[in-house]
Amino acid sequence: MSLRDAGPPIALVVVFGIFAVLSPDFRTISNVQNVLDAAAVLAVVTCGISFVLMTGSIDLSAPGIMGASAITVALLVANNRNDNDLGLIGVAVAVLLAAALGCLSGLALVVLKVPSFMATLGVSAVGLGVATLLFAGVQPNITDPMLEGWAVERFLGLARLTWIAVACVLLGWLVQRYSRLGRYAFAIGGAEEVLALSGVRVAPYKVAVFTMAGAFYGLAGVLVTSQLGAGLVQAGRGYDFSAITAAVVGGTLLTGGRGGILHSAVGVLLVTVLTNGLVQVGVSPYWQGGVQGLIVVAAVAAAVIPQRRRNQVTK
Amino acid sequence: MTTDLQTEPGPRAPGSPPALEVRGLVKHYPGVKALDGVDLVVRQHEVLGLAGENGAGKSTLLKALVGLVRPDAGEIWVRGERVRLRSVVDAADHGLGMVFQEQSLVPNLTAAENIVLGSEGPGVRRGIYRWGTMRRLAQEQLDKIGSHIDPLARTDSLSFADRQMVEIAKVLRIEERTAHPPVIILDEPTSVLESKEIDTLFTQVRRLREFASVVFVSHRLDEVLDVCDRVAVLRGGKSVGEVLAADAAPAELHRMMIGATGSEDHYHDGAAERSGEPRRPRLVVRGLTGKTFRDVDLDVHAGEIVGIVGVHGSGREDVCRALFGAEATVAGEVVLDGRKLDLSGTRAACAAGVGYVPAERKTEGMVGPMSVADNMTLTKQHARCSGPLVRPGKQATLVDTWIERLSIRTPHRGTAIQRLSGGNQQKVVLARWLVAGDVRLLLLDHPTRGLDVGARSEVYRLMRELANSGVATVLLADSLEEAIGMSDRIVVMSDGRATKEVAAPAGAKPTPLDLVKEMV
Repeated sequence: MSLRDAGPPIALVVVFGIFAVLSPDFRTISNVQNVLDAAAVLAVVTCGISFVLMTGSIDLSAPGIMGASAITVALLVANNRNDNDLGLIGVAVAVLLAAALGCLSGLALVVLKVPSFMATLGVSAVGLGVATLLFAGVQPNITDPMLEGWAVERFLGLARLTWIAVACVLLGWLVQRYSRLGRYAFAIGGAEEVLALSGVRVAPYKVAVFTMAGAFYGLAGVLVTSQLGAGLVQAGRGYDFSAITAAVVGGTLLTGGRGGILHSAVGVLLVTVLTNGLVQVGVSPYWQGGVQGLIVVAAVAAAVIPQRRRNQVTK
Repeated sequence: MTTDLQTEPGPRAPGSPPALEVRGLVKHYPGVKALDGVDLVVRQHEVLGLAGENGAGKSTLLKALVGLVRPDAGEIWVRGERVRLRSVVDAADHGLGMVFQEQSLVPNLTAAENIVLGSEGPGVRRGIYRWGTMRRLAQEQLDKIGSHIDPLARTDSLSFADRQMVEIAKVLRIEERTAHPPVIILDEPTSVLESKEIDTLFTQVRRLREFASVVFVSHRLDEVLDVCDRVAVLRGGKSVGEVLAADAAPAELHRMMIGATGSEDHYHDGAAERSGEPRRPRLVVRGLTGKTFRDVDLDVHAGEIVGIVGVHGSGREDVCRALFGAEATVAGEVVLDGRKLDLSGTRAACAAGVGYVPAERKTEGMVGPMSVADNMTLTKQHARCSGPLVRPGKQATLVDTWIERLSIRTPHRGTAIQRLSGGNQQKVVLARWLVAGDVRLLLLDHPTRGLDVGARSEVYRLMRELANSGVATVLLADSLEEAIGMSDRIVVMSDGRATKEVAAPAGAKPTPLDLVKEMV
C-alpha cells in the first residue's frame, strides 16, 4: 500500500483521535452512532460520484437528481397529497427516474460531446425543474411507515438507512472490483485511448457509469425524504460539493484512474468526523462551509504535488 | 492452428501466398505525401525489417496496416485475400497486430487485464469478472513468450522491458481471432531497452517466427540486420528496395535509406562561413544536472551550430529545455556572453536573448487559431506594443518585413497560422525569435519535424543565415544525417551524460555509423 493510499485512513484516525482528546462529548458511543448516521446520505451520493470521477469526468448533477427523486418518492408512497401507497415500488420508480436523468448526462457527454461538467450541470437544472413541477406549491409529507421507519428504527445501534448506505458501499466495491463496468471505468480514467486501440467501445461504459451514478443519487434522495418526512426540491442541496470533497479527500484523483469506493468511504467519514468534531469542540457551524472549501482545495493541491512540473497548463 | 495447411509448406515455399502484401499504398496529408506508392511483401514465418529515415513513411505505413490510417489509394492483401482495414479490431480479425512504440497499456490495470483487454472471452461472464480465468488466459499468453511476470501485478509497477513483454503477450491474443498465423508488427521496440533486455527481445522475436510473421522496425541498422531475414527500405514514402540480411552491411542499407540526396548541397554547406579565426564562446555550460541528465558540459561559439545526438532517453531534449528554463535543474552553471544565465524560468531566458523552437510545433510552438502576426510577436511584445497597448501599425510593418525576408507564404499577416503549411508555420515560429533582433542563442528541437524536403531545405538555409549573423545554435536534429549535415560540431549524449564530442566541419563529416557507435 502506497503512502498515497494510506494517507486518508491515517488522517481519519488522527483527526478522530484529536477530537476524542479535545471533547468528552465527541468520544461517546452515541456520538459515534450520530457520525455514522450523519454520513449515510453522503456515502450513497459519493458511491455514485466516485465512478464518474474514476473515469476522469465530473458530475454536478446530484442536487437536481436528488430533488427529483425526493419529490417523486414522496408522491408515490403514502402521503398527504394523493392516495398513492406504492411503498417499495415507489422507491424503485424514484431510483429509476434518477437513473434515467443520469443516463441523460452520459448521453450528452458521448453523443453530443458536451463536457461532463456542463452536461451534468444542465441535468441538475432539469432535475430541479422536474422536482419543482411535481412539487406544485404544496409540500408532500410522507405517511408511509416503512419509509419513515428507515430514519428512526435502529438495528445494532445504527439507523436502517445507515445500513442501506453500508450496503451501497459494499455493492459499489463489488462493482469496482468484479464487474467489467467498474474495471473499465477505472481504465477509462487511466488511458482511454488505449481502450479504443484495443477495440473496446468506450461510450456505452461512460453512459452506464453516469446512469449508475444517477441511481445512487436517486436512492440518496429517497433517504433524505425518509429523514425529513417530506419531499423537498432542495433535498440534494450542497451534496455535489460535499461528495466531490469526500471523494477527493479520500484519494480519488479528479484526473481519473486512481482511488475508488473504499477510498471515498474513508473520505466521507473524514468529512463527517470533521463537521461533527468541529461542532463538538465549540466551533460555530457558520464556519463550516468555508472550512470545507479550504479542505477540498488543500486536498487537491496535495494530490497533484507528484505531477507538478514547470510550465504546467492547468485549466 | 498448427494443422493449418498454409503453415506446412514451410517458410519460403514458392506458391504459398505471402502473409501480408501491400501494393501501391498512397496517403496524403496536407502539404505532405506520407506514402507515395509503397509496395511490401511479408512472407510467412519470416522476420521482415523495415528501415527508413524519419519522414520516410514508416509510421504511416504501420498505422495503415493496423487500421489506424486509411490509405487514399492502394491495396492490402492478407494471405492472398484483399482486405479493407477500418479499425484495430478489423486488423486483429485478419491477424494483424502491432506493438506500439509508445506503449499502449492501461497503467492502472493489472497485466492480465491488459493482455485480454477488449477480448476477455471467458474471463468475463455477464459483465462479471472471473479473476481466476482471467489470470489463466493471461498466463497462457505469457507462457507463449516464456515470460515470468505475475499476471495480477499492476502494469505501472512493472519495468519497461516487462511491460513490453505484456504488450507482446497482448498482441498474440489475436491468434484467438484467426485460424492463421498472425503478423506481428514491432515498432521501434528496442529504443529504450538496455542491451541485455534487447537480447531477450531478440530471442522473443526469433521465437515468434515459429508461429507468426514479424515486421520489425528499428533505427539501429545493425539490429535490423541481426534479427531480420530480409530488410525493406522506404525513402520519401516510396519503397526503394530490399536486401537479404545475411549478405548486407549497415553501410549499404544506409546508402539506400538516404539515397542520392546526400550528394547535393542539401544542407547549404556552401553557405556556411568558414572564417579561420577562432570565435569567442557564446554559451558555456558546466556541470548542468537535472532530473534526466547529469554533469553536462557544452560550449557553443558565436556563429556555430552544435548538434546534440542521442537515442530516446538520452536526456538531450531535457538539456535543451533546461537551457530555456523550461525544465528544472539542480546544479550547474550556464554563462551566455560572459553573463550568468538565469534558468529559473522561460521569461528570464527570453529576456537574455535565448530562443527556443519546440519539437511539438502544433501544441507548443504556436497558437493555432491566432494570426501569423500575433504568433510572430508573441514573445517580444515590445515589438508591437507601446506600454500595455498594441499598436497595429507598428506590428504590421514589422511582421510584413519578416514575411518578406523569410519568404513566408501566407495570404495575409492576419491569416490564422494553422492554415499555413508546416514549413511556413515553422518559419513564423523561427521569426518569433528574430523580430526583436536580440537573439543570441537559438535552441532548435527537431525544427524540421514533419516538413517535406523543400521546406526542410528552406529551414536549413535560414539556420545557416542566422549562424552567419553570429547566433549560436543548439540543434536536436530529426535524423543523424541532418545532425551531421547541419552541425559544425556534434555532442553525443547517452544516459543523461555528454559522452563524446565529434568535429563535423564541411568536407570532413563523420559518418552516421561513427556516431551510432557512441550513442548506444
